[in-house]
Amino acid sequence: MNWETVIGLEVHVQLATKSKIFSGSSTTFGAEANTQASLIDLGMPGTLPVFNEEALRMAVKFGLASHSSINHRSAFDRKNYFYPDLPKGYQTTQLHEAIVNHGYVDIPLENNEYKRINVLRAHLEEDAGKSLHEDFQGHSGIDLNRAGTPLIEIVSEPELSNAKEAVAYLRIIHTLIRYLGISDGNMAEGSMRCDANVSVRPVGQKELGTRTEIKNINSFRFVERAINTEVERQIDLIESGGRVIQATRLYDSIKNETRPMRSKEEANDYRYFPCPDLLPIEIDDAYIEAVRDSLPELPDQKATRFQKDYQLSAYDAEVLVVSRELADYFERCVQTSKADAKLCANWVTGTLLGALNKGATDIEQSPVSAEKLGGLIARIADSTISGKIAKTVFDALWDGANSADEVIEKEGLRQVTDSSAIQGLVNEVVDQNPEQVESYRAADEKKRKKMFGFFVGQIMKASKGKANPQQVNQLLLEKLEK
Amino acid sequence: MHRKTLADIALGLEKKEFSSVEITTSFFERIKQLDPDINSFITVTDEQALIKAKLADKQRANNTASPLAGVPIAHKDIFCTEGVKTTCGSKMLDNFLSPYNATVIEKCEAAGLVMLGKTNMDEFAMGSSNETSFYGPVHNPHNLNCVPGGSSGGSAAAVAAGFAPAATGTDTGGSIRQPAAFCGITGLKPTYGRISRWGMIAFASSLDQAGPMTQNAEDAALLMNVMAGFDPKDSTSSDKPTEDYTAKLNVSLKGKKIGLPRQFFSQGLDPAIEQSVRDALTVYEKLGATLVDIELPNADLATPAYYVIAPAECSSNLSRFDGVRFGHRCENPANLADLYSRSRGEGFGDEVKRRILVGTYVLSAGFYDAYYLQAQKARRLIKNDYLNAFEQVDFIAGPTAPSTAFSLNNEIEDPVAMYLNDIYTIAVNLAGLPALSIPCGIASKLPVGLQLIGNYFSEADLLNAGHQFQQNTDWHTQLLAQSVR
Repeated sequence: MNWETVIGLEVHVQLATKSKIFSGSSTTFGAEANTQASLIDLGMPGTLPVFNEEALRMAVKFGLASHSSINHRSAFDRKNYFYPDLPKGYQTTQLHEAIVNHGYVDIPLENNEYKRINVLRAHLEEDAGKSLHEDFQGHSGIDLNRAGTPLIEIVSEPELSNAKEAVAYLRIIHTLIRYLGISDGNMAEGSMRCDANVSVRPVGQKELGTRTEIKNINSFRFVERAINTEVERQIDLIESGGRVIQATRLYDSIKNETRPMRSKEEANDYRYFPCPDLLPIEIDDAYIEAVRDSLPELPDQKATRFQKDYQLSAYDAEVLVVSRELADYFERCVQTSKADAKLCANWVTGTLLGALNKGATDIEQSPVSAEKLGGLIARIADSTISGKIAKTVFDALWDGANSADEVIEKEGLRQVTDSSAIQGLVNEVVDQNPEQVESYRAADEKKRKKMFGFFVGQIMKASKGKANPQQVNQLLLEKLEK
Repeated sequence: MHRKTLADIALGLEKKEFSSVEITTSFFERIKQLDPDINSFITVTDEQALIKAKLADKQRANNTASPLAGVPIAHKDIFCTEGVKTTCGSKMLDNFLSPYNATVIEKCEAAGLVMLGKTNMDEFAMGSSNETSFYGPVHNPHNLNCVPGGSSGGSAAAVAAGFAPAATGTDTGGSIRQPAAFCGITGLKPTYGRISRWGMIAFASSLDQAGPMTQNAEDAALLMNVMAGFDPKDSTSSDKPTEDYTAKLNVSLKGKKIGLPRQFFSQGLDPAIEQSVRDALTVYEKLGATLVDIELPNADLATPAYYVIAPAECSSNLSRFDGVRFGHRCENPANLADLYSRSRGEGFGDEVKRRILVGTYVLSAGFYDAYYLQAQKARRLIKNDYLNAFEQVDFIAGPTAPSTAFSLNNEIEDPVAMYLNDIYTIAVNLAGLPALSIPCGIASKLPVGLQLIGNYFSEADLLNAGHQFQQNTDWHTQLLAQSVR
């Protein structure tokens, strides 16, 4: 039987507010346990929450960037359950009236087409603390630094058809939140977390299969692996006569398997009800428009502009806008080099990204600044050096050299463009290889082309790679055809 | 000395007739001598009080004192007081030293009031007799075999017994007004949001409201000037400016209309109470007010709606008492579930457990619409009834409670009978309105309370209405005089 997969993602994004969603405590990651927990975060008797308006602004930003409708009225509910890292015994969230509803994002597919994924809702809520199960001799430690950190939970419609689409969706969300500056999106530190609702059904069947929810997926790679593992498990189960049980499952990235956490039967009844300590959030169009005016240029808009202003291909533009930092780098590079933008795009997406990947570092930590790379590209553009020599100069910059000009001077890499000097080299090589010249002249068109390369290689070698390739070609051709 | 009002004491201190240390000490002596029979205090803070009293005396000497500096007060043990045990009447918090002050406490401290101690109360303010307290019942100073009412029973008894000139209380369904009525004192439940809830241990957040419990309306106005105001730490507190609550105290009631809801004078009301209330209303007629019969058609919905909403909120509010970070923790928990169930099982009393169970039930999946949502709809209907009524009248009047103080151990076994004590007070909390209870008579040798309900933020008018009555009658002084000597 042929199966199709249906996936919906719930993405939790920690908002980059300075203080928590309902208290004045700092949200900085990595502080000593329980040093960033106020009376409110500890759930002390008598304490009350006060909503941090900055979290609202950030949620509205996301809503606008995802083409969603922003609700003029939204409200907080309490989700009640007991857990030691949940100090109040309830999480303040938005169930009945979320701030953001009904948006979409377009995700790129492997066939270069796009698929529209609808965003059902995005709501504000507070994060829980952390339970630490190691290092406490049979006890658990509780760190409440994270308790009360603002989150938006972004819920997609179940419209993703495979793990690759899920990753593409997650990358788009990641790109958006980073563009908006509302989160650092760091999955390793838990700033962005993903739960996946996964089900399978026979191709052609309308009703959805029974779904499981996979929790604890904390990298892009694990999203793909966890979903594929779970899909395989569900198909194997059904094909061997079993049935999928609706349950929450935990992904174990070491064993690459999902395991049941709790089934529906033992699931909590969260007893949601409106939080009586907080007033509903009411915003008007003026507020929404003010936030809209504050939005930065978004990836789609930037890609369109890059194609228009720099005459880049759609592909190049998309690669460059994947992060705001990379796009900015590219533009600074164009400015510094004053060269052809296409040449800059090739260098940024080719040599630079290749080197960054190899060095497992990102654009913000690039050892070669946009200005240095721009300086290098300027020298290619004005024919001071050839593209090939430029690679050598780039390596020197990567290793810490100050500027392309300095490297070119110090290493004597300036391209030879003096015609008489090149002519000398051409004559020398032709004279030293009479047999090859003989057979070149006797050969047919196709063979000649191949043999031409031999002469060019000899001449470049003699010039230590510095001869201007165009001049070499021209002068050599003249010489041989004489 | 112990029958001096707040205003008397402030004046005496200003005129240097006595010092704060003297008057504070005299209250402590009285508490020491008589409170063993009343049990109105859970904690007496004599050391801190005397330090504060000395400071006030110094300020008086330098003429740098604020008007109420050095005047003693008692606080209901629901308000968090830094470094002082804050129990909420529960075993759960028997060991709880609050790390911070409630806003009400901060404001009283800033006004120079001297805290005598923390008063007894029904556990987590759940009760109408003060019998659910972990610290034992409070005895009514008018008859030691009777309850003082609840949940602010300790505060009411302390004022009635002359252990404190005034006290703070909180009112979720009548917890200021009913004990005020039972103990023959004046109690004001302000508009929801008028006084900050920061640091007031929550029972039902959408209903809880702090207020003054005093010997007369004038003192209540003086305390309102201290307690009321917007608090950025409480999102539900009102940013409407406060006023001088004493400013209207001598405004004529001529032409004012007082509505008498038919529903407040119907079945279940003790005839002797009805007589006292009707007699009191003739005083208002003499003062120039007109009595108008009105209807509150949805009055019957108040008690059932309240006993869905209040338990629902309390079931969530009390989840934080889990034995993990503060409060009672059971011995040697076997695992997490055991830690939770035994800590809570041991820490909470029966009434609290009953309400947590009810609240948990009404919020459960499948029941939420039938109970919680319905109750919220009923709440809107009740509120609309009052809004309609205030189109026609300035105040609504009736008895505060259907009976006078009942005997200890009488009703505690029957929770529903206990809940019916609040039939006249509960709707006011559901609507978020202000209401005042003043002593207006005696039935079976026990005080009777008159409840006056006002429109939103009409505290100053309500206090004036109470003050006018007290200027023309002496129930408030007579009742205090017949209380414990």
